[in-house]
Amino acid sequence: MPKLTVNGKEVEVPAGTNLIEAARSAGVEVPHYCYHPGLSIAGQCRLCMVDIEKTPRPTIACNTVAADGMVVLTETDRVRETRKSIMEFHLINHPLDCPVCDQAGECWLQIYYMKYGLYDPRMTDEKVHKPKAVPLGPHVILDAERCILCSRCVRFCDEITGTGELGIFERGDHSEIGLFPGAELDNKYSGNVVDICPVGALTDRDFRFQVRVWYLETAKSVCPGCARGCNIEVHVNRRRPHHAEGRRVARLKPRFNADVNQWWICDAGRYGFGSVDAKDRLLVPTRRDGETTSDATWDEAIAAVAAAVRRFPPDEVGVIASPRMSNEDLVALRRLLDICTIQRVAFGVPPRVPGDEDDILIRADKSPNAQGAELMGLAGDARAILGAACGRRLKCLWIFGHDLLASAWPEAEVREALDGAEMVIFTGTNSNPTSERAHWVLPAAAWVERDGTYTNFEGRVQRFRQAVEPLGQALAEWEMLGRVLAALGEAPSATRAEHWFRRLATAGPSFAGLSYQALGDTGRLVAGSVAARAPR
Amino acid sequence: MNLRQRLYLVEVLSGLGLTAAHFFRNMGRHIARALGWSGVSGAVTIQYPEERRPYSPRLRSLHRLVRREDGSPRCVACMMCETVCPAHCIYIVADEHPNPEIEKVPRRFDIDLGKCVFCGYCVEACPEDAIRMDTGILEFSSYSRGGMIYTKEMLLSLEPAHADGRPRAPIPLPANRRP
Repeated sequence: MPKLTVNGKEVEVPAGTNLIEAARSAGVEVPHYCYHPGLSIAGQCRLCMVDIEKTPRPTIACNTVAADGMVVLTETDRVRETRKSIMEFHLINHPLDCPVCDQAGECWLQIYYMKYGLYDPRMTDEKVHKPKAVPLGPHVILDAERCILCSRCVRFCDEITGTGELGIFERGDHSEIGLFPGAELDNKYSGNVVDICPVGALTDRDFRFQVRVWYLETAKSVCPGCARGCNIEVHVNRRRPHHAEGRRVARLKPRFNADVNQWWICDAGRYGFGSVDAKDRLLVPTRRDGETTSDATWDEAIAAVAAAVRRFPPDEVGVIASPRMSNEDLVALRRLLDICTIQRVAFGVPPRVPGDEDDILIRADKSPNAQGAELMGLAGDARAILGAACGRRLKCLWIFGHDLLASAWPEAEVREALDGAEMVIFTGTNSNPTSERAHWVLPAAAWVERDGTYTNFEGRVQRFRQAVEPLGQALAEWEMLGRVLAALGEAPSATRAEHWFRRLATAGPSFAGLSYQALGDTGRLVAGSVAARAPR
Repeated sequence: MNLRQRLYLVEVLSGLGLTAAHFFRNMGRHIARALGWSGVSGAVTIQYPEERRPYSPRLRSLHRLVRREDGSPRCVACMMCETVCPAHCIYIVADEHPNPEIEKVPRRFDIDLGKCVFCGYCVEACPEDAIRMDTGILEFSSYSRGGMIYTKEMLLSLEPAHADGRPRAPIPLPANRRP
């Protein structure tokens, strides 16, 4: 392991580490545009120049491997002068349209210009004009004028997705990023080029002109789109409710986790947050009597549910839990089932269309917590419950989140099951044909509106945190289940999701020793599970 | 104090005399003006709103949105004014402009003058010189809170004041919002 000195501080780094990463481990930031730890090294931008003792001129840090005894200086006058010149070079043809650019506020040209800019431009010639607002695909829009040709997006499409839609065309100052003839940037990971673009050349069509980034607040979260459980950041706009037509969740961004998703997320996950602020969100508990539905208070709803599970014999109650529920919800449900001695419970409802899968991130199982539900001892296939309901052996059916009418099960059978039960309770975030047939509908908080944990396919327990307040009167499932438990006479003990997680950690062997503190930002594997191969 | 001051009555009478002298002088001048003798300068009272003092050229009056040559707003909905506004009284919603050179245009640009503190930061923050406070209009009261919200169309229809600071256009209140 080579030992080197960065700005007077000695660090030891693994062999093969480049100087940007070595400096980072010494707490020194080397400015750069084209270098990205997840991509190959291009050496395009020339901004990461550093001085190395005994070398005649500044050297690019990204393509220099740390060697034993190296003395690296990143803040000498010569380096600062070089950075200033290179920034000037990058900005020769860059339009000054920061006011209309969506990247403004998180743009590395802005950040580095503030630090190393020339401030007194010497350019007198007309700028080269290039195409603006060119859609590259369903999610990404290009402004070729703003591009500094770092080639990160080109390398991403070549190396990560292997689809190679993008290239650099023309020569000299007319060079521009573009699509190969006939190609469209529509691979399943296309949104990532927006994240890695250090400037405003590639921006999100979905996010375009919706909210300025400085109005956004962030919360660390986990993508609920599939069993991978990619780490994400939820960006919410709570300060300017008139922006983005009142949608609170503005966008999702990947969050680095070396063991799960590295720097990336797929487009399905990235743009799959629409249901959170959709018009069909369930806002208040409702009861249905024949054809008439009416709003109810939570007290009435909880009393009705508690009365139902108490009134019906346990073997006439069926519960279809959901793999979209968090571990905390499931342990609360487990507790309720145990004290009511309800046996008919399962979580798996097959989707009508099987999920797609690839060898990068996307998993066929489109629910975030099937592994957690399994570890909690719930049955995987809910078909038996449907059968019992069809055979009129169930009086009460409690469905969590699923739209049974959109599943792979025959629609006639599902209709018969829903019509046959004396009491159908639906708990979920959004209304669907199944919820419309329920006698009681209990609105649940979406995953960005609450705390919790998911267990991904390899058994990694990861936390997601509340980013916004629940819409309407929606409650997290663990909270409504806790209220039902209290109505059944159990002493209330959990006022936060964490309390249920503590009970989970002491309940069984799999989650033993885990706590919110231990999970941290990147999660921990449950006992007995083996980490899957890190994605490409 | 001497005896004259201590007597008190003398001082009171001289004060009353001064007041009366001003009163009769002003009354005489007003009568002279009413009879058409315009050369006399009247009393200090300005007969607002018929008469107005000249405004300072730096006066911050009702906002207006500057137009392009084709009448569309110069504003590019960059939200700088909305961001800098200490009263949070500017509401902008951005939209796509058909011309990619301009890119962004406000679909909605409302100023809630009931909240505005007339600090003028929005004018200073604007990178496009698209908002100005030079209409010379100072009277825009309303009987309702809603009447204080000025929309993009209203702000666009306003004109800059005359050189002497007099407003060029009346307040563009739509008929349904007039008191």
